[in-house]
Order: sequence, then C-alpha cells, then structure tokens
Amino acid sequence: MLSEWLYVGVFFLIAMFLPAAAIFIAGILAPKKPNPIKSSTYECGIETVGPAWIQFKAQYYIYTLVFLVFDVEVVLLFPWAVAYHQLPLFAVVEGVIFILILLGGLLYAWRKRALEWL
Amino acid sequence: MTPWYQDPVQFIAEWLRGVLLGWGMPPSGVELVLTVLGAGTIALLAMLWVVFLIWYERKLIGRIQDRFGPNRVGPWGIFQPIADMLKIFTKEYITPEGVDRVPYNLAPILAVASVLLIWAVIPFTMTVMGVNLNVGIVYIIASGGLGVLGIILAGWSSNNKYALLGGFRAVAQLVSYEVPMVVSLLIPVILAGSLGVNDIVMAQRIPYLLSAPVAALIFFITSMAETGRSPFDLTEAESEIVAGFNIEYSGLKFGMFYVAEFLHAFTVSLLFATLFLGGWRGPLAEQVPLLGFVYLVVKTFVVYFVVILFRGSLPRFRIDQMMDLNWKLLTPLALVSLVVSALVAKPLEEMPLAQTLALLVSNGIVLILFIEGTGKKVQRKREIVGKPRPLAVPHPEEQQPAQSTGG
Repeated sequence: MLSEWLYVGVFFLIAMFLPAAAIFIAGILAPKKPNPIKSSTYECGIETVGPAWIQFKAQYYIYTLVFLVFDVEVVLLFPWAVAYHQLPLFAVVEGVIFILILLGGLLYAWRKRALEWL
Repeated sequence: MTPWYQDPVQFIAEWLRGVLLGWGMPPSGVELVLTVLGAGTIALLAMLWVVFLIWYERKLIGRIQDRFGPNRVGPWGIFQPIADMLKIFTKEYITPEGVDRVPYNLAPILAVASVLLIWAVIPFTMTVMGVNLNVGIVYIIASGGLGVLGIILAGWSSNNKYALLGGFRAVAQLVSYEVPMVVSLLIPVILAGSLGVNDIVMAQRIPYLLSAPVAALIFFITSMAETGRSPFDLTEAESEIVAGFNIEYSGLKFGMFYVAEFLHAFTVSLLFATLFLGGWRGPLAEQVPLLGFVYLVVKTFVVYFVVILFRGSLPRFRIDQMMDLNWKLLTPLALVSLVVSALVAKPLEEMPLAQTLALLVSNGIVLILFIEGTGKKVQRKREIVGKPRPLAVPHPEEQQPAQSTGG
C-alpha cells in the first residue's frame, strides 16, 4: 500500500523533472537577446492599455459554482459505486434517489438561467 | 516463471532485483531503485513517444486534407518531428515584461506533468503497470484537474488580455466537461466494483463498450474536450483570441504545451481502450503478457485514429453551443444513464450475458429518447435576423467589361 504511493510520489517528481530539465537545457542552448520591443506584451501590434489582471465576467464564476456542486456529489457517489455489488437493491435505489435529487438541482440551475451563456 | 520472450519487462525486473540483492543492497533499497527505474522508464518513454505521435498526426491530418503531410525529412517524413525538436531547442525564450514569473514558468511543466501522471496507473499488460492504485479512477480525474491548473496559471500569469480570455475559457470548458466525464466513469466502476484501473480491465470479460455504450460515448466526447483540441479548441482559437493561454510562450516552453496536447490526445485514447475496450484483454493475453501489450496498442490506435478524424473533420464550436452541449445534454444524459444502468444491472448480477444485453438495450433506449426529446428541444432554432437582402444584379447599361482582378 505504502509502496504504491511511493511509486506515485516518485512518478510525480519524475514527471515534473522531465519537462523542467528539457526547458532548462533549451534555456542554456538558446540565445538571449531581449530588447524592450521584443519583450512587450503582444496585442496584435497595438500597445496595451491598462493591466490584464482585472475583474471579468461573472458567468465563469457561476459555471464553476455549478461544477463544484456536482464534483462534491460525485465524491459521495464513488463509495456507493465501489460497494455496488455488496449493496442490496434498497441501497442502490437510495443512491438513485440521491442522483435524482441532484438532477433536480441541475434543472433548478437550468430554470434559473444559470446555464445560459450571456 | 514465464520464459523471457513472453514477459520481457518482468524478466528484466526480476534479473535486476537479483543482481542488486547480490550486491548486498537491503531489500527496501532495491525496491526503491526499481521504483525509480520503472517510473523513469515509463515517463521517459511517454515523452519520447510524442515524437512519433506528432509525425503520425500530422501525416494523417495531411491525408485528411488532401495533402502529403511531412514527406521531406527521412522516409515518409518520419524524422520531421526530430528536426522540429532540434529547432525548438535552440529557440529564444521571449519573456514579456510584467509576467508573474513563478506561475509563468511552472505552467508548462504542470501541463506536461498532469498528462504524464495518468501513465502511472495504466496497465500495459497483465503484469506490467506502474501501480494498480485502489483509487485509480479518482487519481486519473485528479491528474486531469492538475492540467486545468497549469492552463489557468499560464493564462493568468502572462499579463496579456488574450491569454486571460483563453485561460478563462479553458477553465469554464475543462471544469464543465469534467462533470459528465466523472459521472460517466462511475458506470464502469459500478460494473467492475472497483476503482483500480487493472481491476476494471480484469472485470471486462465483455468489453464495457457493450455494457455501457452511453458512458463510453460521453467519456469520449468529454475527454476530447479535456484535451482542448478541435472541435473543442476554443481555448486557443486563432481567429478569436490569437493563441489563447499560451500566447506569450515561446521556444520550448510553448513546445511543452504542444507536447502536452498531443500526449493528452493519445493518453485519452489509451484510457478509452483500457476502460471501455478491455485494455490488454484478448485471446491468450493472460498466458502471454506480451500479447496483451499488442492488443492494447492496436485498440489504442483505433481510438486514436477516430480522435484525429474528429480533429480533421469537425469545425470549432461556438462557446455558448459548447456550454449548452455540456450542461443541457451530456450532464443530464450521464446522470440518467447512471441511474438506468444502476437499476438494470442489479437484478441481473448473476447472469453476465443477460446483464450486458439488458444494459445495451436500455442504454440505447436512453440515448434515443434523449436525442429525440431533450436534444431537439435544447437545440436552438435558426432565426433569420433581418430581411433577406436583394441579390446584386448589375444593370445592363452600367455593366463594365470584365477585368482581370489579378488573383
């Protein structure tokens, strides 16, 4: 059990190391000749006005909220799915009712026009 | 013990273990060395494999578009990606003023790492796999989430408006499509009764494509969206936001996003083959593990071919259409098919063949009902805005002699 997670940890380090090493080596090989024009922000040849770090369109936030609801729900559903074979029909139906309530939540968000792209 | 030609990887591992133990290393140290070597081999091979993937995809896209594709460097242009790689290694990193340096440099690394991490749990043969985690599916989803993080970091830290727009779009898209994907992944988990990827493969006496066709379809579409490729490439739509989140990247930092995209497409095919087409399973695969690897590769390439075909033949979605497709069709469809599968599979647990048949039929009914009912209702009617304009007919007297426009 522990060795499995050791493997995942080692794999994570290697997976981070490989692209990092490639980028580092390319950084040594590549020329470095920056100048003010070259390192200005790209905007199709026009000079940028104002910062890019602004508050922007709440629609994205609503989508993320809806996503959060469903993600938490799925976390609750995974144990149910794993135990499916040991569960009696009653418990399966309970899980189904849970999903149906969730489907109701989706319909609610739909009716409240949270899913419309404005 | 099986002869070496039936399971070479296991053979090498055993041999190495023997050698290291013979040198007097402690057993835990030997395990650590083998772990590092195994993980390093899989990750390195996956990275190098991209070179082939890029060539394969460019060649195929070329053929789809009635071109030759790369055909100059080496036979059939097979060394083209190597030439490209040599070039990109010597390209300057142009780092714009005012970027947030730490996330800016971390983003391409995370993008690649998130895809590579999935390879840790994929069973290549019956015996050769990174690790059979008991939470494999959750692990795969979590690695996908890391990819979203890489993209939002890139979009935010670049201090560029196009990049920010691309980053926002990417998060909206990837996060939304994760919902039906996760729900559709629950169905194989229900049928196999385990979250371990190898356990799911072991349980597939009949490939889950037959027991859970709707889940397979949803998984395929949503994972295409997760890769951010055409027709879901709104995050880097050239005609709208130039290059999206990776606009300020150059040299190999851009190359890493490119690598991540191609590798992700292949990894998705690999996952699809593993979860829905039976992975390494096939005739004799349990006696000869090497044969299982061949089956897996063949299945993966069939799926990968379809992925490329999608990319080559479908136009890009509009962003509201894409969101509608996800929230108003795929998510309810995934939830309903989960409910139906859970209810249908339970009474027929003792009879696998009847269970598969019942699941196939019920899935088909769900799909047809959805497409006929909800799908058509959700689809917006085309509205004609404004009056039709009169056709331009030149007046006979004003007609000019035909002039060459010069092309």
